[in-house]
Amino acid sequence: MNTLNTAMVEKYRNDFLKEVEENVEEGHWVKMCMQCGVCSGSCPFGPDWEHPPQEIFMMIRAGKRDEVLATESMWMCTSCYNCIVRCPRELPITHIMHGLANYAHRLGLAPKMNPTRRFAKIFWNNIAKTGRVNEMALSLKLYFMDGFASGVKKSLAMAGVGLGMLKTKRLNPFTLFRHKGVEKPKQLQAMLKKAKEIEDRRKGLAS
Amino acid sequence: MAKKQYSFYPGCTSERKASAANYMVSVNAMCEKLNIKLNEIPDWNCCGASIGYAEGGELPRHVMNARNIALSEQHNPKQDIVATCAACWLGAKESSERLSASEQLLADTKEVLKEAGLDVQLKNETPIRHMVEVLIEDIGYEGIKEPMAKPLEGIKFAGYVGCQTNRPFGVDGESFENPMYLDKMVETVGGEAITNYERKVTCCGGALAFSEPEKSQVQIKDIIEAAYDQGADMIVTPCPVCQMNVEVYQGQINKTYNTKFNIPVTYYSQLLTVAYGGDIKQAGLDGNIIRAKRLEEIASK
Repeated sequence: MNTLNTAMVEKYRNDFLKEVEENVEEGHWVKMCMQCGVCSGSCPFGPDWEHPPQEIFMMIRAGKRDEVLATESMWMCTSCYNCIVRCPRELPITHIMHGLANYAHRLGLAPKMNPTRRFAKIFWNNIAKTGRVNEMALSLKLYFMDGFASGVKKSLAMAGVGLGMLKTKRLNPFTLFRHKGVEKPKQLQAMLKKAKEIEDRRKGLAS
Repeated sequence: MAKKQYSFYPGCTSERKASAANYMVSVNAMCEKLNIKLNEIPDWNCCGASIGYAEGGELPRHVMNARNIALSEQHNPKQDIVATCAACWLGAKESSERLSASEQLLADTKEVLKEAGLDVQLKNETPIRHMVEVLIEDIGYEGIKEPMAKPLEGIKFAGYVGCQTNRPFGVDGESFENPMYLDKMVETVGGEAITNYERKVTCCGGALAFSEPEKSQVQIKDIIEAAYDQGADMIVTPCPVCQMNVEVYQGQINKTYNTKFNIPVTYYSQLLTVAYGGDIKQAGLDGNIIRAKRLEEIASK
């Protein structure tokens, strides 16, 4: 088991609400939920959530730590912000879902094969390298994340889309070899490393 | 009239040969006609976009945006930051608000910028705005109409506002459920707006169009179907992610659902550029995979 996770289990015992309040982005809002369910009904991917946001909030209060952190639910968030603008209590639901997903991911409890978790990791590594998105590398990395054979299959399925983008000069294959980002990518990488260090220290996530 | 100056945050998709390169082309042409000068923030970086949270967490994400804000304050002082991409606008604005709300976050951010050897001051006092806000609030509908040379007569547009240009910040005075500015813009340049377009603010799946294509394509299918139902000739949007998702997957959706979708998805800036007399190239219409023929006809007249 992830040592960070063990430490958190030790620290918070059965008080999962407190753990969320202290460690999850905007987690201090969770207790404000009044269980009206508008968020769940407003979510574009609503039916695909094993536990919709309203349920997640109640599960947090009920101390259902393992179920909440291991669910694919938060990974269904498309960041459409519909729940945020409709919540009568004005909970920043989108951010709480992002925060829970990030926390579960940090503790090694998030579902390993969830495609959005994997894509998000590829995406962040992509931008952290040069400071700007390399779209060509991003797409290929995503298609080939399950290995070569499946990558070829997915790339072929996407060939029509890619060709359209190429023809209209909205995709640049040469960025695979050279991609221009910020002037000093090393400085940007150092900045992100430092930011992570401080955040981990503040949240007790430093290993 | 003196040129209006803004500190411009173009964002990754706007770059040459990136997915919204043609958006940028049309924004440049549009701004030229409206006497708007965009001063690019030198050496800007990615905003972290909507899925940066998963691996990036909080502080690293806010630091990315803070770097852009600081660079803007240094190089383009006293100019509002303007973004054309919904995610860039949202990311920058969100970080700016969080930094204003928390002294610790602000102090941490400044420490990181300094330690990384970035010789920048961060005041975090700059308004962060979307290009449509500049058009509506600073130029105004009358001003938008002024340079019009060719009204977009006879074209029916489904104004697809989408999510992140609309929520959580949105445009002042507009509702989240039924914002009207895009329709008003269409009508201002002589087009016919489908004001009761049902899928105006429906989510296209955003970044999950990549990771959860089947689920996202159900959304996209609804967005397109509703446009056809109302007899739209084309869809118009302010967001580069909406534009791409709704345009490029039509072939795959046709295969899965046995539909015959082939509807152009354009940017508001392309409409304005054509209305202002711009040609196909200036309006970036050669960058649309599904060509907007009715607009091209007007552009080549």
